[in-house]
Parts: sequence; C-alpha cells; structure tokens
Amino acid sequence: MAETTWRADLTAYRAVLGSRVRAQASYRTSFATDLATAFLVGVVELAETWVVFSQVDVLGGLSFAAVLLVFGLSNICFATADLVVGHLDRLPRYIQAGTIDVFYLRPQPLLAQLVTSEISLRRLTRIGVGVIALVWGLSVNDVPDPARAAAVVALSLVFGTVVFAAQFVTAAGCQFWLVNGAELTNSFTYGSSYAASQPASVFGTVLKLTFGYLVPAAFVGYLPTLVVLGLPGPSLLPAWLAWCLPLAALWSCLVAGLVWRAGVRHYQGAGG
Amino acid sequence: MGTWQLVRAGFRQQSQYRLAMVAGLATNCVFGFIRASVLLAALDASTGAFAGYTRESLAAYVWISQALLGAVLLMVPTTAVGERIKTGDIAVDFLRPVSLLAGHLWMALGRGLFTLLPRGVPAVVVGTLTVGWFLPGGVAPYLLGAVSVVLAVAGSYLGAHCVALAGFWLVETRGLNALYGIVATFLAGLFVPVDLFPGWLRGLAALTPFPTFLQYPVDVLSGRVVGLDAWSHLATQAGWLLGMLLLAQLLATLGRRHLEVQGG
Amino acid sequence: MSVVEVDRLVRDFTVREPVPGRRLRRRARQVRAVDGLTFTVGPGEAVGYIGANGAGKSTTIKMLAGILVPTSGTVRTCGTDPVRARRRLARRIGVVFGQRSQLWWDLPLAESYDILAAIHRLEPARARRRRAELVEELELGGFLATPVRQLSLGQRMRAEVAAALLHEPELVVLDEPTIGLDVLSKQRLREFLVHERGSRGTTLLLTTHDMGDVERLCERVLVVDHGRLAYDGSLSGLAATVAAERVLVVDLAEPVAPLQVPGTRHLGSEGDGVRQHLAFDPTRTTAAAVLAQVQRAAEVRDLSVAEPDIEDVVRRLWSRSR
Repeated sequence: MAETTWRADLTAYRAVLGSRVRAQASYRTSFATDLATAFLVGVVELAETWVVFSQVDVLGGLSFAAVLLVFGLSNICFATADLVVGHLDRLPRYIQAGTIDVFYLRPQPLLAQLVTSEISLRRLTRIGVGVIALVWGLSVNDVPDPARAAAVVALSLVFGTVVFAAQFVTAAGCQFWLVNGAELTNSFTYGSSYAASQPASVFGTVLKLTFGYLVPAAFVGYLPTLVVLGLPGPSLLPAWLAWCLPLAALWSCLVAGLVWRAGVRHYQGAGG
Repeated sequence: MGTWQLVRAGFRQQSQYRLAMVAGLATNCVFGFIRASVLLAALDASTGAFAGYTRESLAAYVWISQALLGAVLLMVPTTAVGERIKTGDIAVDFLRPVSLLAGHLWMALGRGLFTLLPRGVPAVVVGTLTVGWFLPGGVAPYLLGAVSVVLAVAGSYLGAHCVALAGFWLVETRGLNALYGIVATFLAGLFVPVDLFPGWLRGLAALTPFPTFLQYPVDVLSGRVVGLDAWSHLATQAGWLLGMLLLAQLLATLGRRHLEVQGG
Repeated sequence: MSVVEVDRLVRDFTVREPVPGRRLRRRARQVRAVDGLTFTVGPGEAVGYIGANGAGKSTTIKMLAGILVPTSGTVRTCGTDPVRARRRLARRIGVVFGQRSQLWWDLPLAESYDILAAIHRLEPARARRRRAELVEELELGGFLATPVRQLSLGQRMRAEVAAALLHEPELVVLDEPTIGLDVLSKQRLREFLVHERGSRGTTLLLTTHDMGDVERLCERVLVVDHGRLAYDGSLSGLAATVAAERVLVVDLAEPVAPLQVPGTRHLGSEGDGVRQHLAFDPTRTTAAAVLAQVQRAAEVRDLSVAEPDIEDVVRRLWSRSR
C-alpha cells in the first residue's frame, strides 16, 4: 500500500512539474532572456573572484586555477538546489495571500507539494557557468590522483546540492514565523553560497566553525578542491573532512526537517 | 503632500518592518565578515601596491559599504513604479498633481535615510569591534560624507527608477532587473573596491554611474579621499544624478505617450 | 454518523499591535476567533454557516479542513481528526475558498483538471467521466482551452467549484461561493449545487453573505457571532425569530404618494415617489402578492427585491438574545 501511494503521488508531482515546464517554455522570448540573464549573473560572479586575483597570485593557499574548482563546485550545487527548491522563497507570499491553504487541501505532504509546485528552468544556464568553471579548473590544475578526484567531485555534486537544498528548506521553514522575513532567509542561503565559493582558509576561527560545521558550506567547494589537488588544508578544516560530506548533508537535512516541522506546527497553531 | 511629508512617510513606512531591519543587519554583518576575510587575506598576500589600501582603510571600505548597502539598495532594483506600470495603475499617477518622479524619489530618500540608523550604524559598530577602529578623525569627512550618502541614495534610486520605467515597453522586466542588480553591485565596487579593478575594467566602471552609488560615498566617508578630491567626488555624483533625473523625466514622458498611443 | 462534529471548539490567535504612544513597542494580545462552538452536521445535510465578517467562519472551516489546530475542544470531519488525517481527508472533502484559487492561472483550464486528477489519484476513466459531467453541468465547455487568468469572475468561480468537486467529495465546503457574481451566474451555481446534492447526497456547508444562497440551498442555518453559536435551526425559524424583512423596490411610471400596502412597511421614496421601498415579512406574504397590490395603485415600470442583509440578521439576533 505504502509503495503504491508513493507511486501515485509521483504521478501527481510529475503532472504539476510537467505543466510548469510547458508554461515556462511557452513564453519563448522571456524564457530566453531569463536564461541569458542567469548566465550573465553567473559570469559576473566569476568575475568578482577573478578581480581579486588580478591583485594577488595566491589567496588562502589557492591559485586562481584552484579557486575555479571551488567556484565551479559550489555554483553547480547552489544553482541546482536553486533550480529544484529555490522557489520555496515564495512561501511568504503564499502565507500572506492565504494561498498556502490550497496546498493543505491536497492529499500530498505539504513540503513535497511546494517543492514540486514550480521549477525554475532559467537557472539552467547558471549551472552552465559552474560547469564551465569546473571543467576549466580541472583542465588547468595538476590533479595527482584522477580517480580520487573524480570520486570527490561526484560526492560534492550530489551531497553539496543536498546541503544547499536543505538550507532553502530551513530558510522557508523560518518564514512561518517571520512576516516580511524573506530578506533574512535569503541572506542565509545566499550568504552561505557566497561563503562556499571562497577559499575557507582565509576565514578566522569563528567563520571557519560557522561555515565549516554549523552551515557546512566549506564542505561543498573548498574541501573537495583540497582533495582534488592533494593539499592538506588549514587548521580546523583538514582535507580528509571532504569525505564526510554525506554526514554534513545529513546534518543539514536534520536541521531543515526540524525547522520545517516546527514552522508548519506554528502555522497551524499547534503548540509553540 | 509636501516634500517633507513624503520623506517622513518613507521613513515611517520603513520603521514598521523591524524584523526586516534585524534581518538586513544580520545579512550585512555576515557578508561583511566574509568580505573582510577575503580582502584582508588578499592584502596580506599582495606584493603590489593594492591601490594604496591599508588594513584600516580596507576594513573601513568593507564595513562602511555594508553599512550603506541597506540605504542604497543596489541589490533590489524593483521599485513601486515598476509594479504600478505592470498593473496599469501608473495611468492614475499621471493624473496626480505631484510629479511621478518627485513623489517616489522623496519617499525613497526617507526610506534610505531611515535605514541608515538601524542598519548602518550597528554595522559600523560591529566592524570596529571586530577589526579595530577605522573611522576618520576630523569633521570634514563626516559632513562631506553625509552629502555624498544623500547623493548616492538618490542616485541609486534613480537608476532603479529608470530601469523600472523600461516596463512601459517590456512585457517582463524580471530579467532586466536581475541583470541590472548584479552589474550595478559589481561595478559599484561592492565585492571588490573599484580601485582594485584592472585598468580597463576601472575605465569601464567610470563610464557608468554605479561607482557613485557606493565607492564614492565610502571613499568620502572613510576619509580615504579628502580635500579637493572629495569635492570632485561630490561633483561627479551630482553630475550623474542630474543626468539620471533628465533620463527619468524623458522616459516618463515617452512612456506616457506610449501608453496614450497603445491605450494601456 | 455525522460528517462534521464540533465540540466546544475554541481557537485563539495572537495579535501583535503597537502600544499607543510608544512607537517601537508592540504587545501581544490573545484574540478568541472561535469561542466554544458545538454543532454536528449529518450526511446529506445542507447547512448555511453565516455571520458577520470576523465572526469566526473561516477559522472554523480551516479547522474542519485540518489547516488549523484547535486551541481547545474537538473537531471531527468525516469521522477523523482533520489535522492528523489531513491527507486522507483531502480526498474526501472539497473546499472552495472564494478568494483563493486552486487553479493554475497561467494554464488552460482543462490542464488544471488533468493535474488535479493526478493529485487526487483518480483513475483516468473515472476522471474523464466526472470531468465531462462537471463541464456539462457548470457549462465550462466554452472556455476549457482558455488560460485561467483570462476567465471572467463568474466563469472562474464555476471552474473553481468544478475543481473542488472533481474527486467526488462527500463533504463540500464553500466559502463565499457567490461573492461578486452577477445574478445569472449565481443562479446557475445554485442550481448546480442543488442538483449535485440531490443526485449524490453530498453534504454541503457554505458560508455566505447572501441570504439568497442560504434560502435556495440550505434547509438549516448556523449563525455564528463573536465566535459563538447564536442560532441553529431552519431558515424560516430564523426569519421568524428575527423577523428578517425583504424589501421590494418598485419604479413607477409617474410620481405617486407613499404607497400604503397592507402587510408592508413603507421605508421611503425617491424622486418624489417614482421609486418606493416597501418592506415585507417573507413568511407572511410574497413579493408577488405585494407587487399585485402595488399594481392596483400605480403602473410599475421596474422592480427589484432586496434580500435581507446578513449583518442585519445577525445584529437583530444578537440584540434580541440580550
């Protein structure tokens, strides 16, 4: 029974998502503009990193070529998470307009419905920028152990996306308490994405602990890059930690689950 | 409504979103910490002149720019005007006695200046507590800085306003807004000071009004640029402001004609 | 077994408001939206749930649908706890929120129904049959290919009702279904609901500001005021209790002195007596009877019958019970 229920829900999600894809693709011009814009946004962000390297050769122990890997990995993961769950930041509007109630009237879990209610295809080109940076980075760096590098990159792409997706859910969960709090939660997600694209070795102890462990942003780009290049890593963030990325993802999901649950209960007015 | 009432209305409107204020402040601080770490590490690693920046002036740059960010609103180019053009309510605005631009501009100034208190001041305090004292001595930087900040707030609003007016001709302005937001923040020097850009990029930035939205007020307020140079900064800001005022008026006139021809 | 069972239901909200004189201070205040409601609705009943704005109607509906948790008391819908069994319940109830669309605004209407069929896991054959039925009865055929955002209010409302009924729910809750509709659209919607209930035995619960809805659709009325049940009984009983009057407005061919019609009260005249307002008790006489008498005295050009205002009914009910 559980199996068939799950399958039936899958059909429902697919029906909604399919309609979203068709709707976006049907507005050709605006879709093309959106794709181009997202690409340019990604390019400008890469340029921000590059400008720093116009002043220095090495930052936090990494060359520009090495930072390309950090940027590529973190950007692919963030943009993918953004594509899949980024629209959760519309929750404040749904709550204010009361349209959130409509989701309650359907026989699927609330979060699953919200996640599948939209898909922001325009972020595809943003992922593209990340892929370009990653491939470029992999081709210009010396990679001592290609097999190990491939493994850690794969790990990063899968679980790094989970880390960011969980952060979007955490941020959305907070929206049930905050009126007009979209900026706070956006800053949380965009802040951690910004932190993830920097070499974490430049951070002081507090930031290392914050973006290394509390919000595991350094696990997505920086630590895997150390493994790819065979570098040891700074204090508090040794390179071998990169292999613990699944644990970091689990931790992020745990936080997201708790916050989301508490948020929903708060909205319904049960306890708290 | 008189000018002063509009400024006050903008001020009051903003004071209702206390949580948003806390949120904005938290954002500014988190980004401030990250940016300060990156730029100070770059300064340490640099063997060149680093555009004359020292630890103090770089810290001042990071934290003062974070403090001003809420007021100059570079990241959020969407304005009420854009929304009204989209819904067609703009037709009503054209019938009002107050000029379309003046009403919004004064409100934006009030909003921006209010934001400085709860968001700007604490950000500077957080900065000085973490990296040490970086504010300039003497009165001149603060007086000139105040003028520069007002010009920057007005200028950045006008820039967003002009982009919003493009909505008269475009069906969908989301892409344009996003692009404007990212290009403006980059060329304003939010992530890296404009003076650290390679020469050609610095030249490109100087051809846009964006550095006058952030780099200029930060330079003046932090005392990095003083005397005649500071006055020249203010003059450049005023020049761009005037140019954008004219552009905004022109776009509004053309947009109005477009509406009349198209019938909304 | 009852379809809806509400027992001593209470729901509080916390409202934050500024403290007068201190601009930056806010204080929290508890507001009781629903205050000890008790009632049941049996299978196949049609119940009008009426009350002024802010009387607690929407809050009650949200608790019935499992969207809100009661502060105290119990609520059971279709025999289950609506919050714990929300997902199972969602397949057995249909809700139309007048202001909150469950359709996809940028898609053709037909596509919304395909998606809803998938969401409610309807078998394709059954979904097709049911959709055809609803399309015919609610006359949606002409605009199935139109994007929802381009529908008129009347069309959209009928489309919303079809969306809520697609999965053949046992209980249908309608929150202000006729608000803003023209007379013809109202009439069509009411006819459809009467037919739907007659053919399937669907239980209906509707909130409305329109006495006409209640009169044509419901045999039982619940009046809620300040979160409390002020009346539970038949509509005629309610009218008798509060003497809810209807008003006949007649436009005459020429000015006439205030009309004196037995069984009515003359409320006022406009334009020197070209238009006159006559109040009558619908349980004692009919609009037709009053009109017949008016026509004996003057030539009638046009007429309308104003329904009693719900706010007015509730106010009378409240002042009477005190």
